Amino acid sequence: MSSVSEIEYTKKSIPAPLRNAGFVLLAVGLVLSLLGIFTDPQRSAFNNIILLMMLISVSVGSLFLISLEYIAGAVWSTPFRRIFEHLASIVLVLPIVALPILFNLHDVFHWMHQEVMDADPILQSKAPYLNETFFLVRVGFYFAVWILFYFLLTSNSKKQDKTKDQKLTKRNITISAIFLPVFALTISFAAIDFMMSLEPHWFSTIFGVYYFSGTVLASLSAGTFIMVYLSKKNLLFKGISEDHYYSFGALLFAFINFWAYIAFSQFLLIWYANLPEETVWFLQRWEGSWMYISILTIIVHFAVPYFGLLSQPSKMNPKRLASMSLWIIFAHYLDLYWIVMPTFSESGFVFGWIEIGYFILGLGIIISVFVFKASKGNLIPIGDPKLKRGINFRL
Amino acid sequence: MDNKTLYSYTALFRTPDEIIHAAEAVQEKGYVKYDVNTPYPVHGMDKAMKLKPSRLPFVSMFFGFSGTFFSLFMMYWMASIDYPVIVGGKPFFSFPAYVPIMFELTVLSAAVMTVIVMLAVFFKLPNLRHPFHDTDYMKAVSSDQYGISIEAEDEKFNEEEIKALFEELGAHKIEPIYFDDEEYTFKQTVFEPKFISLLVIVGLLVSGTTYFSLNKLMNMIPFNWMRFQSKVITQEESTFFSDGFGMRMPVKGTVAREHIPYLYADKPEEAAVNLVNPLPVTKANLELGHTKFNIFCSPCHGYFGEGDSRLRGQFPNPPSLHSEKVRNWKDGRIYHVLMEGQNSMPSYASQLNYNERWAVILYIRVLQRSLNAKETDL
Repeated sequence: MSSVSEIEYTKKSIPAPLRNAGFVLLAVGLVLSLLGIFTDPQRSAFNNIILLMMLISVSVGSLFLISLEYIAGAVWSTPFRRIFEHLASIVLVLPIVALPILFNLHDVFHWMHQEVMDADPILQSKAPYLNETFFLVRVGFYFAVWILFYFLLTSNSKKQDKTKDQKLTKRNITISAIFLPVFALTISFAAIDFMMSLEPHWFSTIFGVYYFSGTVLASLSAGTFIMVYLSKKNLLFKGISEDHYYSFGALLFAFINFWAYIAFSQFLLIWYANLPEETVWFLQRWEGSWMYISILTIIVHFAVPYFGLLSQPSKMNPKRLASMSLWIIFAHYLDLYWIVMPTFSESGFVFGWIEIGYFILGLGIIISVFVFKASKGNLIPIGDPKLKRGINFRL
Repeated sequence: MDNKTLYSYTALFRTPDEIIHAAEAVQEKGYVKYDVNTPYPVHGMDKAMKLKPSRLPFVSMFFGFSGTFFSLFMMYWMASIDYPVIVGGKPFFSFPAYVPIMFELTVLSAAVMTVIVMLAVFFKLPNLRHPFHDTDYMKAVSSDQYGISIEAEDEKFNEEEIKALFEELGAHKIEPIYFDDEEYTFKQTVFEPKFISLLVIVGLLVSGTTYFSLNKLMNMIPFNWMRFQSKVITQEESTFFSDGFGMRMPVKGTVAREHIPYLYADKPEEAAVNLVNPLPVTKANLELGHTKFNIFCSPCHGYFGEGDSRLRGQFPNPPSLHSEKVRNWKDGRIYHVLMEGQNSMPSYASQLNYNERWAVILYIRVLQRSLNAKETDL
């Protein structure tokens, strides 16, 4: 193999439009969400959960994609791994985003009220898991584990930029192998704790997988959008080919189908069995105007991106990729909104400036954290032994 | 050798890099009718040959979606129109249950039809007379070498030029391919005696051995169409029950559907007191009674119940139904006669069902009223 030093990479600053867009979105989002906290604290707390899950999706999902690359020995994604490493740094702000929820736990989680717990034998039997202390311990554990693995994975990768030591790749493979099962458990339990426990009577064994499918979609589409944007501005490397775009498009397409598969599996099993304790969750989402949101989720999250990325040329087209990945980020937000908000407003959906504010805040955090990290570090892992092969990757 | 017509000029290479280079060079020279033969799909070949994107994906999409909609229509027709059965309390048209099958049929028809269309339409197979058959070139490219062939039909075809080009590219073997005249002019016909006799022999052999082995050796009856099943059939013996009978007596107290037990056997007076005609006097009930009376009662009692039998003395004529005695009988008493018979009249319990008996009694009352009308009827 050709040596690493052949790659020409000069660090350039992140273009101002992206930097400014991130800053403006962050500022507007912060103002709107703070206003929301003062005017309607309960609604804001529910929105905060959506925001938190959205950021977990993008950041922890990126960690998953990074470790997947190491485990699978993937070559095509190596030049873009640094994008996902920068996105994964959002794990560092997760505790701050989670903080307002922790102050508002009783507004959001029905089961945290002692009098509700006492009156309900079903909830009492779940009390060993659903209690405030254990909940806080778990949440702390998730954040600690994610941040730990973020540092383990990215510090090795950053060190490699200077030392070009191949052993670091090997060490990261080991770390990834440990991280993947940890990721599977933490992401499932985080989904259960933050979203399934909003309706403590209801349960679905596939719920963790369902959230995972959205997680990968969100992080992958965020990465895809940034990849297209940066390569258009010539910030990545020379010679990005259709085969690179196609790989991103195919992976996105695969996970759109995976999400639909899992979402439909969850629905079909509950619909078929027709058990009252399971159907209540879907009935709630079919009640009143929630029905339109349910149908909209199917269209936005499955039908549009499915046909948008179905053909081979559309997967190779960077413009289509960029628009579709933005669309999927919005679809993931809609999906989370559909999961979380019916608990807050049972009769029909509510969508106002608070929801918009939190969505804007989410976009602002993603872009700003990425810009902040990317302006400090390199945009491609210049020391990686697979980089040259990754750049020359052809299908 | 000389009278053979040339099909193409071929060259063999040893590595995939060489063949891609060769394809690029041939493409650059402006040849149109050329093809590359490799033991496996070489990556980047379509780019080197500047091939247009295949239209096969559209075939897949068309047949995929036709599978989706065909299966949807099929299940809708079966479950909602032709044979509607309620399953699990779901509606006849329950879309979520159809989705997995729609998905499966989409994949199945897309996959199968893509392969069939690819082989039959795109590759034009089966082709029994291609000049490449039985050539060393074909043998080489189907195992471990990479070949390129430029057809003689190409406008720029020139033996010397192509030879020079291939040599320049580093081909290790350059070879012209000729049409095999014998193979090419050979015309296959279905009614060839050899072919027909082979068919007959194969048919006899297969059916004969099947018949002999199944019928004679294994004593299996072919095509028994479910005649023999492991279930107890009427009048069959059974080893399961200790008495050896396949048929069972019903459990004590079993009542057949729509059977209403008669509790007043041999108790005409109790029947007269306790039984009341449950049918209202309606046109439908009277018409039912009329019909049944004319069928079962009138042969002896006459159409008007006067005992004017149509049997012409073969049986003793029954008494008139208009007698004082019968007119004063309660409905229940007449019902008893229908159930049990009287004198030489047998029981009509098996000919008439519960409703029909009471309808007949209603009709008898009508007949009686017609001959002995009250003053208020006038």
